[in-house]
Amino acid sequence: MRKNLNVIAAYSIMMVLILLVGIFQSWNIALSIFNLCLISAVMTMGANIQWGYAGLINFGIMGYTALGGLAAVLISVDPVQEAWRAGGFDILMALWLIVVMVLVIRFILKRFEKSKIRTYSIAAIIISGILLIRFSAEPGIEAIEAVDPAKTGFLGGFGLPIVFSWIVGALFAGGLAFIVGKVALGLRADYLAIATLLISEIVIAIIKHEDWLTRGVKNVIGLKRPAPYEVDLQTTDWFIKLVEKFNSGKLSVIENLADRQAALNQLVIEGSSVFVKLCYSGLFLVVVIILLILTQKALYSPWGRMMRAIRDNEEAANAMGKNVVKQHLLIFILGSAIVGIAGAMLVTQDGLFTPGSYRPMRYTFLIWVMVIVGGSGNNFGAILGGFVVWFLWIEAAPISLFLINFFTAGIPETNALKAHLIESVPYFRFLLMGLGLLFIMRYRPKGILPEKIEIK
Amino acid sequence: MDFVNAIILLLNYIFIPALTYGSQLALGAIFVTLIYGILRFANFATGDMMSFGTMATILFTWYFQSLGVSLGVLPTALLAIPFGIFFMILYMLLIDKFVFKYYRHQKSPPVQFAMVSIGVMFVTQAVVRIIIGPADRRFFDGEKFIIKAREFKEMTGLNEGLALKSTQVITIFVTIVLVSLLFWFLNRTKTGKSMKAYSDNEDLALLSGIDPKKIVLVTWIIAGILATIGGALYGLDKSFKPFTYFNNMLPIFAAAIVGGIGNPFGAFLGGYVIAFSEILLTYAYKKFFMYVLPASMEPEGLVQLLSTDYKFAVSFSILVIVLLYRPSGIFKGKVL
Repeated sequence: MRKNLNVIAAYSIMMVLILLVGIFQSWNIALSIFNLCLISAVMTMGANIQWGYAGLINFGIMGYTALGGLAAVLISVDPVQEAWRAGGFDILMALWLIVVMVLVIRFILKRFEKSKIRTYSIAAIIISGILLIRFSAEPGIEAIEAVDPAKTGFLGGFGLPIVFSWIVGALFAGGLAFIVGKVALGLRADYLAIATLLISEIVIAIIKHEDWLTRGVKNVIGLKRPAPYEVDLQTTDWFIKLVEKFNSGKLSVIENLADRQAALNQLVIEGSSVFVKLCYSGLFLVVVIILLILTQKALYSPWGRMMRAIRDNEEAANAMGKNVVKQHLLIFILGSAIVGIAGAMLVTQDGLFTPGSYRPMRYTFLIWVMVIVGGSGNNFGAILGGFVVWFLWIEAAPISLFLINFFTAGIPETNALKAHLIESVPYFRFLLMGLGLLFIMRYRPKGILPEKIEIK
Repeated sequence: MDFVNAIILLLNYIFIPALTYGSQLALGAIFVTLIYGILRFANFATGDMMSFGTMATILFTWYFQSLGVSLGVLPTALLAIPFGIFFMILYMLLIDKFVFKYYRHQKSPPVQFAMVSIGVMFVTQAVVRIIIGPADRRFFDGEKFIIKAREFKEMTGLNEGLALKSTQVITIFVTIVLVSLLFWFLNRTKTGKSMKAYSDNEDLALLSGIDPKKIVLVTWIIAGILATIGGALYGLDKSFKPFTYFNNMLPIFAAAIVGGIGNPFGAFLGGYVIAFSEILLTYAYKKFFMYVLPASMEPEGLVQLLSTDYKFAVSFSILVIVLLYRPSGIFKGKVL
């Protein structure tokens, strides 16, 4: 118990902070912070597996998050029959062409010795294949995008419950990680960082501009929910009774019957959105706990020991007969798949998919700050990092507003400097994150909860 | 005549814009490559440092404009650039003193440096946005065009116009002067040579009495000059927006690596490689073919290899291909 004291203390402080937000701001805000903290925690667990366990640097988190989000769209949206009729055949043909191209290239790679002619012929196949696909798919794509562009204009999905997409998102992200890992993992650390960052930008560019698949920057809204809708709850009897029961003390004070009914209605509206958020919290919590158990088990298993050995000394591990390349690829896929789950969860919670909102600052670098601040190599640390950093990211604006008002209390409102500072309050969060990262890296390089390895 | 028209078309829409954009990228890429070669880390704060320098330049431009100082037909910003550079160098040296110096003394691995530079990126972004705000700003003044498209048509009697913006000429001219000066400095002066020696082999350089503090100082000064001028030229030609500058970091990285990171000349050419391939692959050649081919063979579509949406993706794909097949870059840089 004693050795875990700092973990318990850190988590209790975090919970108290969120409760304080609930009490002083509102339970709605507190719960939305908590939910996003949970999603961030899943992302940091993914990044932590790659960086903390294996020392692999992955700056492509944004790409995997977006793929997870795409999975949510493709799984949950109902198929657009008209669009399938209009251009489905062309798209399937293009897919088939891609498969053929990959198979041909694989065949050439296997069959022929490495030579200049082989390289050039592969390049020629790729270029002509891309041109062929582009021209053959063009009419289909145009036809699909012309189908009621204000509402659909894309192929739609499979119309399944959205929760399935959490698994499919992991598969998508893992698949991309397989390709990226195959080509890029041999690079030195900082090159790998740049390569993964750029590849994730390519993924976003594709998601943004292939409207037939994703609707692109037109966004997909109104996705199905795994939780009840607020509007339905507000008219459900048991829910109204539940709210009444919870607030019986508050309501009994009000004498007038009409006033009491009005107050109850208000409480039901507030309560419904809190209830929906609680449903999400429950779902997310289950995911976080399952992942935590699995990752902890992995960390203390022989496999986890091997990963640490590879991380700490690649050559020695190689000399002991461990296949470093294969293990790196495996862990790259696992970590990215977890990030993919988080991406699908995020879209599930928001109920909409906005490709334009995927920016490296928010989805790559902020996650890295979480991992570093929380403590790389320690799952509890990574989760805590997700909580702390997301909490600060949201609460930075109110905190800095308070500080600015506090320090400029003597200056009148009309002062240009004060007005300017108050106007730029939203950007203080970047400052806070940057300074936080720099201080942690300097004075506590292993993070708030450092990696602790006990040999059992 | 059609042939001349086609040439003018390509000049106007491909060659001149690509040359301008390439020059802006080249300056940034040399900045990245110098930091990588001498201080030995990938600087993820590149784009934001450039936006800091540009911000300082803009503030001085506004100050000069309010005083009524101007350069006539030239943009006032040219007058403000030296002041911008001064503040940029000051900022960089401050950051080096409080942040990077510690890790240099610890001999930290490059990955840790990269992480620290992300911290610097966050802070710089905040500073720029707090001081000047996130909005899109234009600070160009003076004569906008050297040759207007309409005037050119009247002058030559051709169908196609050639527009030459003064910012384009300034960008290309300044880049050529700056880069020649830089190569002269690196190859001919004693300090420049010692920088190269330090980049090649640190221990050997220290052994032969090269002062590492001086090398670091000079590197940051050159980096500050390059970052400010590169950023200011980009801002003059297009517009200044902190977010765009952050995004520009990616093609700049691509340029530096394609040219062989650690090799300034490679970075210089890498900028043009990236710029030309971005524009060549996303330009719609329909009009060009209309001039060159006989009327019966006129193309139906736009004859565009990739839609302009994929402009950035082009440079990243080139980078990925180069990293895979020739990791040390087209012009050999530091070996991985």
